[in-house]
Amino acid sequence: MPATQKMTSFNNTTMTQATYIKAYYRDADALKRGLEHLKANGVEILDVLTPFPVHGLDRILGYRRSWIGRVGFIAGAVGAITGFYFQTWIFTKSYPLNIGGKPFLSVPSFVPVTFELSVLFAAFAMVIAFLIRSKLSPGQAPIIHNERITDDLFMVLAGAGVNPTEATLADLIGFFKDSGAEGILVKDDLNTAKNY
Amino acid sequence: MKESPLREPLLIGEKSYAIITADITAPIRQKPHKLWFAGITLSSLLAGIGVFAMSLTVWQGTGLWGINRTIGWGWAITNLVWWIGIGHAGTFISAILLLFRQKWRTSINRSAEAMTIFAVMCAGIFPLIHMGRLPLAHYILPYPNTRGVWVNFNSPLLWDVVAISTYLLVSVLFWYMGMIPDLATLRDRVKNKYLQPLYKFLSLGWTGSARHWSRHESMSLVLAGLAAPLVLSVHSIVSFDFATSVIPGWHTTIFPPYFVAGAIFSGFAMVLTLMLIARKAMNLEDYITIGHVESMNKIIIAMGSIVGIAYITELFMAWYSGSIYERFVFYNRAMGPYAWAYWIMMSCNVLWPQLLWFRRLRRSLVFTFILSIFINVGMWFERFVIVVTSLHRDFLPSSWSMYSPTPIEIAIFTGSLGIFFTLFLLFIRFFPVIAIAEVKGILKTSYAGYPKNDQLQ
Repeated sequence: MPATQKMTSFNNTTMTQATYIKAYYRDADALKRGLEHLKANGVEILDVLTPFPVHGLDRILGYRRSWIGRVGFIAGAVGAITGFYFQTWIFTKSYPLNIGGKPFLSVPSFVPVTFELSVLFAAFAMVIAFLIRSKLSPGQAPIIHNERITDDLFMVLAGAGVNPTEATLADLIGFFKDSGAEGILVKDDLNTAKNY
Repeated sequence: MKESPLREPLLIGEKSYAIITADITAPIRQKPHKLWFAGITLSSLLAGIGVFAMSLTVWQGTGLWGINRTIGWGWAITNLVWWIGIGHAGTFISAILLLFRQKWRTSINRSAEAMTIFAVMCAGIFPLIHMGRLPLAHYILPYPNTRGVWVNFNSPLLWDVVAISTYLLVSVLFWYMGMIPDLATLRDRVKNKYLQPLYKFLSLGWTGSARHWSRHESMSLVLAGLAAPLVLSVHSIVSFDFATSVIPGWHTTIFPPYFVAGAIFSGFAMVLTLMLIARKAMNLEDYITIGHVESMNKIIIAMGSIVGIAYITELFMAWYSGSIYERFVFYNRAMGPYAWAYWIMMSCNVLWPQLLWFRRLRRSLVFTFILSIFINVGMWFERFVIVVTSLHRDFLPSSWSMYSPTPIEIAIFTGSLGIFFTLFLLFIRFFPVIAIAEVKGILKTSYAGYPKNDQLQ
């Protein structure tokens, strides 16, 4: 691995070099059992990469519920107000048009456009919020730890601290082995942290 | 130990996560079948003829069509409503069935959503060219202009513009967001030097991080919650085009629910037509099983029965209302010069789908395929009956008229079919036709071969 070669390019950084552990699991259930074990032993889990959404991971990893629904609600409300206000302003102030003596402010006929705009605003806001929050954008070159992660491998990326001693590292690897991990890799490459 | 199968497995054959990826990405990684080339040649030829006919229409005007002062809408609006209806199944499957936690949707939602988008695109063509002056099409949008006028927000035609555009945009978002993880799978598996960078670009840097998945799941659920009423609103608003007028045969309060049921009915028929071909042509029989076909057939019979009740209610109300004009329109539909269209509609939409009460027919692929074509035809005739027969004999017998399409109109319609199938064939060639990540998610619960006592070992 060119990890050691790369380290030479970071002059004098060896002292603050963080170490990472990558562990692979073959199955979603094995991954969940493994993560419970790692959590119980206080391993610092940085990220978990899976080929499909594994239900229950949020709870194990202690992720809070996403706020994306609230973003959608607020944007939807803004869309509704915009749509309704826009139509009201046009039909009462900007361009009042007498159509067969019907009222200028006819609320029922403003409902469809108001509804559609609230859905449109909410959908776009949620997607944009999702992309920004997850730092996803076209043309990105993410670190691909293993091409099989989008196929059938489940990976846990854990932090082993800065310059861990052989003993702590051995302890950590022991936890991973007990957790049922099938492949364990120790890396001191800073680039692995870039996923964050 | 014997286990009683509570539910039919949704995946059959020898399956693992890797096999699922390999199976579904196979059509993209391999050279396409000869039939694919034959199909795309035929469909793009039809599309080309259609675009030529559309250009002629834009150049010379709608005088090239068979429409006249009595029947102003003709095939163009019939096709618009038909395509919009077909475009309802995709979002119904992915949004409403997601909210109802129907696992069988995972094998068909991706292609149904693609079908939705292409169908809505085809639908959009017709009102635009029907305007006659395409370069002035932007007049339908509300923007500050030097003419000093605004669009009429009291008009259902304007609501339609907003509803259909919103539906198209939200469907595209929903489809694309759902596809990002699968595009990342393609990025990691496709080795083609032109396609790989494309997938890399489109997958937006997806890595499969648990945080991303968590957010992605929340977003999909809320998007589904938004898309579900959207689906129902779009065809309701399309039906307002008719229902808010004062034309007998159009002026009915039953239209919104009746149109929505009809839309889902015709959309499912089109999904079945496409899926029955696709599962055979792309070796997806393990993913789109007879069980999936049966589930879709159950929705078809439910929706078909609602449509049938709506037809009968219309007839009853025409008689019960006591309005002579209303009665005449319905008598004229069933017995007048366009009775053939009415009875094609009745038999294709009400009579034949009732055969699906038989389990053997629900599970017969040949029967389902033929029936799905019948429903597509029947639903086209439903829109034809509504659009044409309500107008052709109006209040004033001196303006009664007949309508038949010119070859230009027929070419535009077949052209829209060509555009639809061209886009769909390109989609199944270059994009994952089944939601890979979602199917992997149901492998444990819905796969016949998965060892159930795995956790005990």
